Amino acid sequence: MKYVDEYRDETEARRYLDAIAAIVTRPWTIMEICGGQTHTFIKFGIDEMLPDEIELVHGPGCPVCVTPLEMIERALAIAKRPEVIFTSFGDMMRVPGSDTDLLTIKARGGDVRMVYSPLDAVRLAQANPDREVVFFAVGFETTAPANAMAVRQASMLGLDNFSILSSHVLVPPAMEAILGAPDNRVQSFLAAGHVCAVMGYWEYGPIAERYETPVVVTGFEPLDLLQGTYMAVRALEEGRYGVENQYTRAVTLEGNAPAQALLQEVFVTVDRPWRGIGTIPMSGLSLRPEYARFDAVVRFDVEAIAPPENEVCIAGDIMRGLRKPHDCPAFGTACTPEHPLGAPMVSSEGACAAYFRYGRVG
Amino acid sequence: MTDDIIELAGLGACPIPISDYPNVLLAHGGGGSLSQMLIENMFAATFSNDWLDPLHDGAVIDVVAGRMAVSTDSFVINPLFFPGGDIGSLAVHGTVNDIAMCGATPMAITVGMVIEEGLPMEDLWRIVSSMRRAADEAGVAVATGDTKVVDRGKGDGIFINTTGFGMVREGIDIRPTRMRASDVVIVSGTIADHGIAIMSVREGLEFETALESDSASLNGLVDVVLDAGGAAVHVLRDPTRGGVASATNEIAKSAGLGIRLRESALPINEQVRAACEILGFDPLYVANEGKCIVIVDPGSADDVLAAMHGHPLGRSATVIGEVVEDHPGRVFLTSSIGGNRVVDMISGEQLPRIC
Repeated sequence: MKYVDEYRDETEARRYLDAIAAIVTRPWTIMEICGGQTHTFIKFGIDEMLPDEIELVHGPGCPVCVTPLEMIERALAIAKRPEVIFTSFGDMMRVPGSDTDLLTIKARGGDVRMVYSPLDAVRLAQANPDREVVFFAVGFETTAPANAMAVRQASMLGLDNFSILSSHVLVPPAMEAILGAPDNRVQSFLAAGHVCAVMGYWEYGPIAERYETPVVVTGFEPLDLLQGTYMAVRALEEGRYGVENQYTRAVTLEGNAPAQALLQEVFVTVDRPWRGIGTIPMSGLSLRPEYARFDAVVRFDVEAIAPPENEVCIAGDIMRGLRKPHDCPAFGTACTPEHPLGAPMVSSEGACAAYFRYGRVG
Repeated sequence: MTDDIIELAGLGACPIPISDYPNVLLAHGGGGSLSQMLIENMFAATFSNDWLDPLHDGAVIDVVAGRMAVSTDSFVINPLFFPGGDIGSLAVHGTVNDIAMCGATPMAITVGMVIEEGLPMEDLWRIVSSMRRAADEAGVAVATGDTKVVDRGKGDGIFINTTGFGMVREGIDIRPTRMRASDVVIVSGTIADHGIAIMSVREGLEFETALESDSASLNGLVDVVLDAGGAAVHVLRDPTRGGVASATNEIAKSAGLGIRLRESALPINEQVRAACEILGFDPLYVANEGKCIVIVDPGSADDVLAAMHGHPLGRSATVIGEVVEDHPGRVFLTSSIGGNRVVDMISGEQLPRIC
């Protein structure tokens, strides 16, 4: 397939692996931000092909994984209501709350529907004026513009039966939280290419400077990740820090200006809890006051729902690069894809699910 | 009755006057005169054969001595009509294939229908016509059947159960425990076509050309495989729900041997690959309804492959891996860049990803 096979070529992959092996002189810990990148590393077996000196730790960039329990519980409470059509992307459906998930609510009679775009949810609201249509707006800077578009469209259409449960989070504050922690192990980041396609990478320069950490904006195909890893190792070995762009075919410094403007118009930056990590200042997006009538938290009065996290799950340590999935006592025993205790075991992009599915047991 | 349906079925117009009964009623399953009319005019007339025609409580079939394969399957699918088939043809193909995978020659099927009140009579006729055509193509007769009608809202249009029977071919013994290390793993054609075709219709995904389900009866292809390979054919399996990944895992577990697949050898239609990339699906886990996995002694693999290439349903048959002593009960895959990973059973359904 064009634009895919070129980036999965065995000979080229071998060339990059040899190049990395040729320049690495000591152990380095590198974190890929995005769950999609984690998935590619494991799915193609790249983690086992890299030189032993390079340790990959898996970042918090899986939207399903970091959506806080309180948001899941709020979603479940709203989805149970008889007047509601609750819409969500597919991989949020199995994320466990304290004792149930959206698929179970659906099985018990809740009207829960999987959609591919928030605009589908807007159309549902138009077609069902006597029902309340709620969209579970999760994700990073990647999904936020389309969700902002849905809210603006609902506003222009004058819909009074559409709302979103906004659980959007932002990447740069999470990088700062990881680097600023006293027990941080991350020495370089592979930044998420698709986030940067929207936002550009101008935000990363100050972070790389402040923490003296090289950041490489990296794509998602095997050769992207190998090239990104090579660039990160080269910077680390040469003692350089700063931001480099591996994913030039999709990312510019400035990013997508209309998308950023749309985010500005609809959302405001707020403090936000991350599942397993805790609250990170100014790391989330909420609707601006002028769009507050589309906020499902307000409409269904669910702000008070804020349950405590499961204590066994070490998802927070995993997503900060402190521990690996198989370090968890519950991994593969009490916690499996059939009975996940924490979100990284649910989403196909979660680190625990990737380790479990592709047989990385130690 | 539209012209294309008449042409499709080759069986003429719906025998139940649409003007009288445009939709299936509860009474069509109630055992009275409406039931009688539906059974006699639509089902018995369409599927007519010596076993069915007496319309007795059951069919009485003369059998020769030997080993009989029996398989049952229930079909629930939304939408009922999809590119490349419908629930009727699927219900015939699915059970015919299960019998064929036992190394048996399918001879008869039974058909149980659970119809939701309100199903358009024309739709029922399209489905029944399609079953007849699929049964003719596969060379099986509908020996007996049953019809129930449930209240509106209690079914999804129609559910169909089929049970198939067939005699196992002389000298053929198909089961995972006959598999040996170094056996060759062949797949009969492109994988993931059915699942992605259904997904595209259900979710309104559009491609340059319509993706079609691969739904087909495989008994003709299996005949060719067994003619060429005989007792050297150790395992046959149609990788339906759960795809090639689940089928090979089941085989490896039953046999107590490992299977190694090569990602670069997997035959996948370009548009199906593109759809899988977009949705975040792994084609190894997507359903097929007209493909089979053949595991054969390496000495006969070339003959079997050549024979498959001569059959319309096996033209793109290809070797995708081999049986190994290592990692018994598990399936490994060599990735396109030469890496290594476990191919595990999937838990639940694949869900489209967020970004």
